[in-house]
Amino acid sequence: MPTIQSFPLDAYVVAAHFLGSEPAFALGDGHVTLVDGPSAEKHAVHSGGLLAAARTLDGARLITTGDDGRVCAIDASGGIAEIASQPKKWVDQVACGPDGVIAYASGRQVFVRFANGKERVLEHERTAAGLAFAPKGLRLAVARYNGVSLWWIGTDAKPTEFEWKGSHLGVTFSPDGKNVITTMQENSLHGWRIADGGGHMRMSGYPGKVKSMSWSAKGRFLATSGAEMAVLWPFHFKDGPMGKQPLQLGTRDQVVTFVACHPTEEVVAIGYKDGMVLAVRFADSDEAILRKPGVGGAVSALAWDAKGVRLAFGTEGGEAGVIDLAG
Amino acid sequence: MTETQIPVTVLTGYLGAGKTTLLNRILSENHGKKYAVVVNEFGEIGIDNDLIVESDEEIYEMNNGCVCCTVRGDLIRVVEGLMKRPGGFDGILVETTGLANPAPVAQTFFMDDDVRAKSRLDAVVTVADAMNLLTRLDDAPEAEEQIAFADVILLNKTDLVSAEQLAAVERRIRDINPHATIHRTERCAIDLSKVLDRGAFDLDRILTLDPEFLEGEDHDHDHVHDETCGHDHHHHDHGHDHHGHDHDHDDHHHHHPRHDESVFSVSLRGGSLDPNKFFPWIQEITQVEGPNILRLKGILAMDRDPDRYVLQGVHMIIEGTHQRPWAEGEKRESRLVFIGRKLNEEALRKSFEACLMPAA
Repeated sequence: MPTIQSFPLDAYVVAAHFLGSEPAFALGDGHVTLVDGPSAEKHAVHSGGLLAAARTLDGARLITTGDDGRVCAIDASGGIAEIASQPKKWVDQVACGPDGVIAYASGRQVFVRFANGKERVLEHERTAAGLAFAPKGLRLAVARYNGVSLWWIGTDAKPTEFEWKGSHLGVTFSPDGKNVITTMQENSLHGWRIADGGGHMRMSGYPGKVKSMSWSAKGRFLATSGAEMAVLWPFHFKDGPMGKQPLQLGTRDQVVTFVACHPTEEVVAIGYKDGMVLAVRFADSDEAILRKPGVGGAVSALAWDAKGVRLAFGTEGGEAGVIDLAG
Repeated sequence: MTETQIPVTVLTGYLGAGKTTLLNRILSENHGKKYAVVVNEFGEIGIDNDLIVESDEEIYEMNNGCVCCTVRGDLIRVVEGLMKRPGGFDGILVETTGLANPAPVAQTFFMDDDVRAKSRLDAVVTVADAMNLLTRLDDAPEAEEQIAFADVILLNKTDLVSAEQLAAVERRIRDINPHATIHRTERCAIDLSKVLDRGAFDLDRILTLDPEFLEGEDHDHDHVHDETCGHDHHHHDHGHDHHGHDHDHDDHHHHHPRHDESVFSVSLRGGSLDPNKFFPWIQEITQVEGPNILRLKGILAMDRDPDRYVLQGVHMIIEGTHQRPWAEGEKRESRLVFIGRKLNEEALRKSFEACLMPAA
């Protein structure tokens, strides 16, 4: 039986990530809580609200951004460093890339910060709504109104523009680097083949906006929130998900608010609006209840540790915790 | 977690009307409330704190084939960001640019599910410049839309015009929007409780009380008001009703001074409505006439419904809720107001009346 260690954090959990073996929770009140064994310590990072957080690829630091215009890094020992500051701006998007590069966005500007401290600004005509680095190479995708812009951040080249009418909010690259997928204001996903900007994968049917996407092990499926079940689009076919039925797992009468695929197995952790967390196996849809509906409201963050034995969760109402599957 | 909805006040007004003055007052006065403020640019905002966010006005067309279904994409993001720090503020103020049509801002609070779940449009407050408004209304459709959308109008800079000029400006405002509450101000000096957190209460007052009574009541508390004005309003509002009727007759003969694109209002009233007729009707009207309807508001008595039904709309979007039970002795009356362009008053009235329950 899984065991749950809970922490009432009293603030919206914006993101959860494992830094090494212990989870870190980024909170809407500007703090980051670091778990250390049985205890949890709250660290003040931003003076106002914390808007976004992402983990560096080496897993050592959590990068946070806030409405105080600062971009900060915190490590597992609680060491905090300010990486950049844009006074009077709200920095509401952040993504981490290879070689320690960080991208963050405020309004129409995307800032790329290299490990050596060098920074460049990528200007857009519309607000940068989502950021994602390609799995290989210094390539950044910026979701925007009417499409996505793909930048080679190491060069001065103009971005490659993929167009599709509508407001694109979130963005992710498939782990094989062949596709880029966005979430849209119109409760759907849109995908492009990166090689030529074609393919136009339209994935719709959601009753609400898709706010959480997670690639399964080896990138075979893209799991998504936004419906009363986790919807997993198959990407292991030649033409991607077009014309294929998605897997629908963990159907309940509650909207799925967050999904996190297991790092090695074909299992997805699903968080719901009522706070429940399920783990569901792709092969036979077998479900295990990891957390019953409970205090704290909708699940707003989930993260597996590297081995896939422990799952950190956080909710909009400020309940957070760690579920240990080994018991 | 409780699903309390944060009230949102939209602040509009043509360039130079005095929006920034009002905003600075809201931010600096000690009214015991904390507001998150979305401004178009910091410009002359005298206060600096992290609850003030500069946001590029970004109009998005919704991909639903409807050209008037536009939202402010930036607002959706800002509201989402603010909702991650609940408890830190009491309300949200959104300042629009002077040249903005208020529809996309208002529609954002109806069209985006997340925004709708967590916030509610409290009131559209328009600051109007008493000296220049008449000229602006003639040459800038945005100025007219800002008046049309308003729940509350601050008729500012009243010290710069004569009593006659002021009366003329108010008449023109009433022609466009008979139900907004007008406050006359100098340098936006006003009790902020008349601007902020108005709530459904405002809609309630606006539609249940006669406009002239509303004016009278309001002016009792108004510092910059003189006695004669209440009378003037009374006279005018009365006149307006006739004016509306005349319009339909004159329309065919093109005698009316109102030009084709002018914004005006149509007020309908009756007894209990048959919901099986009313809802299909209002759906059809808003689908067909949506682009011409800037705003619609109603307090409706549905047959055999113990609750008052409150309806709000912007263009093609309408939203209704059961507000509260009809009070004992309260007249079960339905009132519906359309503010828009090219509205066919006669057709609206006839088709509305066809939705009424037959008299018992």
